[in-house]
Amino acid sequence: MSDHHEAERRQELHGYVIGLILAVVLSALPFGGVMLGLLPKTSLLWLIAIAALCQVIVHFRFFLHIDLSRSHRDDLQLILFSLLIVALMVGGTLWVLSNQRHMMG
Amino acid sequence: MRHFLLGSLGYDALPFYSLIATFAASIVVLGALAVLVFVTWLKGWRALWSDWLTSVDHKKIGIMYVVVSFVMLARAVVEAVVMRSQQAVAYQNPGFIPPEHFAQLFTTHGTIMIFFMAMPFLIGIYNFVLPLQIGARDVSFPVMNSISLGLTSAGAVLLMISLCIGKFSTGGWTGYPPYTELSFSPGVGVDYWIWALTLSSVGNTMTGINFAVTIYKKRAPGMTLFRMPLFAWTALCISILMIFAMPPLTVATLMLAMDRYLDMHFFTNELGGNMMNYINMFWLFGHPEVYILILPAFGVYSETIATFSNKRLYGYTSLVWATVSIAVLSFTVWLHHFFTMGQDGNVNAVFGIATMLIAIPTGVKVYDWLLTMARGRIRVSVPMLYACAFMMLFVVGGATGVMLANPGFDYQVHNTLFLVAHFHNMLIPGLLFGMLSAYHYWFPKAFGFRLHEGWGRIVFGCWVGGFILAFMPLYIVGALGMPRRSQEFFEAVYRPYLWVALCGAFLVLGALVSMVIQLWTSIKNRKALAVPVGDPWNGRTLEWSIAAPPPEYNFALIPKIDCVDAFHEAKKHRDAWRAPEHYFDIELPSNTPVGFVCCVAGGVFGFALTWHIWWAVILGAAVFFGAIILRSFNRNTTYIVPASEIRENEERWLLTLRETAFIDNDAMFTTANNGLVKEPI
Ligand code: HEM
Ligand SMILES: [Cu+2]
Repeated sequence: MSDHHEAERRQELHGYVIGLILAVVLSALPFGGVMLGLLPKTSLLWLIAIAALCQVIVHFRFFLHIDLSRSHRDDLQLILFSLLIVALMVGGTLWVLSNQRHMMG
Repeated sequence: MRHFLLGSLGYDALPFYSLIATFAASIVVLGALAVLVFVTWLKGWRALWSDWLTSVDHKKIGIMYVVVSFVMLARAVVEAVVMRSQQAVAYQNPGFIPPEHFAQLFTTHGTIMIFFMAMPFLIGIYNFVLPLQIGARDVSFPVMNSISLGLTSAGAVLLMISLCIGKFSTGGWTGYPPYTELSFSPGVGVDYWIWALTLSSVGNTMTGINFAVTIYKKRAPGMTLFRMPLFAWTALCISILMIFAMPPLTVATLMLAMDRYLDMHFFTNELGGNMMNYINMFWLFGHPEVYILILPAFGVYSETIATFSNKRLYGYTSLVWATVSIAVLSFTVWLHHFFTMGQDGNVNAVFGIATMLIAIPTGVKVYDWLLTMARGRIRVSVPMLYACAFMMLFVVGGATGVMLANPGFDYQVHNTLFLVAHFHNMLIPGLLFGMLSAYHYWFPKAFGFRLHEGWGRIVFGCWVGGFILAFMPLYIVGALGMPRRSQEFFEAVYRPYLWVALCGAFLVLGALVSMVIQLWTSIKNRKALAVPVGDPWNGRTLEWSIAAPPPEYNFALIPKIDCVDAFHEAKKHRDAWRAPEHYFDIELPSNTPVGFVCCVAGGVFGFALTWHIWWAVILGAAVFFGAIILRSFNRNTTYIVPASEIRENEERWLLTLRETAFIDNDAMFTTANNGLVKEPI
């Protein structure tokens, strides 16, 4: 194997390790928050939500290799489309179910 | 001990509770035995194993999907006829089917038609056609493709087993809780339903991923997205729909399973469960699903209408955008399936209007097809007949759909046979006819001979006539208020309509029998019907540029594309079928039993979960994942077809081609057709 290959492999591994560490930290934070119970409930919920979002970004960046560079525009489009669909589904569900709950009440 | 070995399985699971059930079970068992005997008699076990079951060739996987679909179609049509017969005699009369059994019938009919007839049919056709149309050698993940087929087949087998061992769900194809919760449906039926659906929907999600990646990554050089045939565009759209729409179903059925197995309360009446959450998720899947079913037929008609009108598709770009917008809009309308379930009028209005919007791109399509036909040289082939029947009938179904999109109207007819008439009016012309014409259209490509034309017309006549007789009366009885899923009724005015509907059902049964006869006569006359050159319809897209049946490597050289309908352009400029100067070795994926093993293991897993046989659950899951992991250690996953073999093969075919005379368009449906048709002037 050439040096060039070796260097590339190193760099790739490097990325994965950083990703793994970030992912572990971002999982540990909310778990720790809940188990230690140091924060009030609303801040805790915010912490969990933000950690989850960061987790998503970390996975995209380090494991799925998606960033803003030009060669990845296709992938980015797919992600934006996914976001649209997920927003429709989640937003719609929240709207419909809360409306039904309201009507029952 | 017995409980450990067999779970809740016992003698009482055998179908001796009613004569009809015993009869149906015996047919399944005898049918399976007949297949075993037949294969043995042909001495075909080795060929079956090495040419089919372990094959990862997209063409063979596609054909196997369609075979599964035909078997399931036969069962579901027979069930439909039984239901129609029951309703025809059920005026103030319990008839010959008890309510509980009737409920099983509409549940299995609906479940089979959607998940085990329609889905395998369209996936099978795409599997066969899509790589050929975009100039690829296979799909992106051939082994995953075979595992998807395995999972779908395992689900289908589970449904067949449920006829012989135990009973199936009575909760309808939608399986709404709380009725399907343990407290109201304590038997194994719902569990059969859950696991059959889960297996197949996981398989379908994987298929969606596979097709989407194939289209993104494996198009021939020069084939930009906007040079793809419309059929490939519909493939892209439905793959994306499958990727996003299947997971809500899987989640919903798994949550229902957790309620039933682990004593959770997602959808129960008590302890904070919310059944509306299930219904909401089910239709988050369900509405995109109907477009997964309908878009493929749109794609097929776009191909066949252009081919048999001998014209370029009118308004290609508008058709593409119409398809894409239908796909996106299909995620915004799911609530129209439960207008009556308790949200306020504003919510209903928003979803009602969104629903009506979908009619616009659909209308655009119909006009595009009509304008493609206008001034074309139309040849009245079987697929063209289906396309015309579709355009007329589908517009009726679409119109009743717009009616139903009005919540005020929906309140009147929801849960009546009006709805049943509407969705059959969409699904039979907009799915089944499309797939049947695809079957007729691409059959010669797959097997090297055409299907019998005359019998094709009889099949067509029976389907269309049967459909009209069976479902138009249902609009009327539905508007008169007859509830769907009724085993008995007490209103004399319904009677004549239900008798007409029964006649229609028998005509549909006739169509099924005619299909068998057609296949049989075609196989018997395969020499006369042969089209070895491979272009029997004067086709426009790449799949027609190669031999019929296609060689395992599809294209000796991957073609370069510079316009829409590139093959047709080449023919016009007398530039088609050129012999390549050089041949190269081709690398293809080798056979693997992994798909078959996953099928068996998945089936065991589902069956064991249904009957609470825990050791077999663990065994099934272990074998399933073990097989996939083991496979990933295998580094010898491809084989090489040497250039010399390809040269010999291609030269033999090109020689046949040069020796074959061009025939006139009018001779297309005669035995003079050897797969080479003259371009009309
Ligand atoms: C071939 C001719 C067909 C006939 C004669 C037929 C007949 C019937 C009948 C009698 C019912 C029960 C109606 C009721 O609720 O009272 C039914 C339900 C249904 N059919 Fe068909 N059908 C046919 C084809 C199809 C096709 C091609 C599909 C889908 C691809 C389909 C999907 C369904 C579904 C989803 C239900 C609802 C089941 C439920 O209530 O849960 N059918 N059909
Ligand atoms: Cu819908």
